[in-house]
Amino acid sequence: MIRFFNVTKSYARTGTAVQDITLHVGKGEFVFLTGASGAGKTTLLRMVYLEERPTAGEVRVSGTSSLDATPGDVARLRRKLGIVFQDFRLLENRTAEQNVAFALEVTGAAKATIGPKVARVLTQVGLASKGTAYPRELSGGEQQRVAIARALVNDPFVLIADEPTGNLDDRATRGIFQLLREINAAGTAVMMATHNLELIRRQEFRTIEMNRGGIVFDSANQPRVAREL
Amino acid sequence: MRSLRDALVTFRRAPLLSALSVTTIAFSLFAFGLFGLVALNIREALDRLEDRVEVRAFIAEGTPTETIAVATADIATFPEVLSARTVTQGEALARARRELGEFRDVFEGAVLPASIDVRLKPGFRSPATVRSVAARVNTYAFVDDIRYGEEWIQKLYRLRNIAGIAGLVLGLAFASVSMIIIGATIRMAVLARAREISIMRLVGATDSYIRRPFLLEGFAKGVMGGLLALLLTWLARLLIDRYIIETVFFDQRLAALGLLFGAMIGLVGSAVSVGRHLRSV
Repeated sequence: MIRFFNVTKSYARTGTAVQDITLHVGKGEFVFLTGASGAGKTTLLRMVYLEERPTAGEVRVSGTSSLDATPGDVARLRRKLGIVFQDFRLLENRTAEQNVAFALEVTGAAKATIGPKVARVLTQVGLASKGTAYPRELSGGEQQRVAIARALVNDPFVLIADEPTGNLDDRATRGIFQLLREINAAGTAVMMATHNLELIRRQEFRTIEMNRGGIVFDSANQPRVAREL
Repeated sequence: MRSLRDALVTFRRAPLLSALSVTTIAFSLFAFGLFGLVALNIREALDRLEDRVEVRAFIAEGTPTETIAVATADIATFPEVLSARTVTQGEALARARRELGEFRDVFEGAVLPASIDVRLKPGFRSPATVRSVAARVNTYAFVDDIRYGEEWIQKLYRLRNIAGIAGLVLGLAFASVSMIIIGATIRMAVLARAREISIMRLVGATDSYIRRPFLLEGFAKGVMGGLLALLLTWLARLLIDRYIIETVFFDQRLAALGLLFGAMIGLVGSAVSVGRHLRSV
């Protein structure tokens, strides 16, 4: 589903961000991506949704290759992915419902299907009663739920979450993580970058640790006890 | 349809920025319009002068009237000739008195030669053509002398060429400045929606989908700016007519061309601005 083949990503000014990574994430997997700031987690995730192209090697996501994907291919791929960020990236002048509907509108979904789909995902993330609220009227955790609802509304095969709990308190973090678990349990793969080691330790999910652009630990290859995170 | 709605929503959501864009477009097109008005009036004045380009063949005294009539009809068939007319001695005198009223006494009892006055078609009034027609008319045996103001025609053509080149250079400069200003105002509109654009891309909107409302917006702003510029130019022309000099205004075709130009500038400015933004994010 998601494959990295000897992927390296370098920038002219800042040097190498990702170094010779080979990786496979299967259908329905939950993968934690961890490591210090600057380890390359965000760059790796950005290459999954082809916001960045590798300098060397190939990224292949659901049949789309970084080697020959056109802008149209990238747009079509992103309709099958859900992407969530630490800063939520909601449109302040739109309500929660409108923010979620936005993801359907811009991909040309039939008007009649938008309302029911939006209602379904807002219920799924526990915000059925807050559809008409603007982002400024919602807490951080609620805003992140709206962002997750927007990511889910196109029924993605994978949800990419880059530090989704980075701006949230413990309670909201637990709530968001629980939601991601439920989404994963329903069959959607999740790739989540996080600094929250406590969260990782409590789970049995696959964990990939990065350092200086390379993978230094992947629990899929080594027993968990082999390295203390 | 959705793109049209999005474009209209932009006007509603950011009325101040939209009004600023339209006004900026209008004023840059107004400057272009004023230049166009000056160029148009210079051209009209030159056309009027050019209309007076004439070859006059003076006829030797005693030439039979029939010979003159046959020659006049023959000259009228030259492809460059608009009209050829015989002017008798009496008519020549009357004309001299009429045109040079202050020297009326000088012409008292004078005899002026008869002539064939040849007017040329528009497009056949260059010094070379006039010279060639004059040379052909001069081949008639009864022609005593031929005048066509060679020096004056050459000066007129030099002036026309200078005006044409200056018009082209200044017109291009004005158009470029307008395009740069319009591009910058549309870039502001694009930057104001940068967050929205980045989210659109993340959720899978194609570049053409993102571009469309901006193009419609640019087109609409170009048309509105063009209309406003036309109105301002018309008002300026009214003031010039009243206080300085009588002028001609753009006809419907030129006005429509101006509007189309505004719309195209808006469209191209938008395409460039949004394209550059999409490449940079």
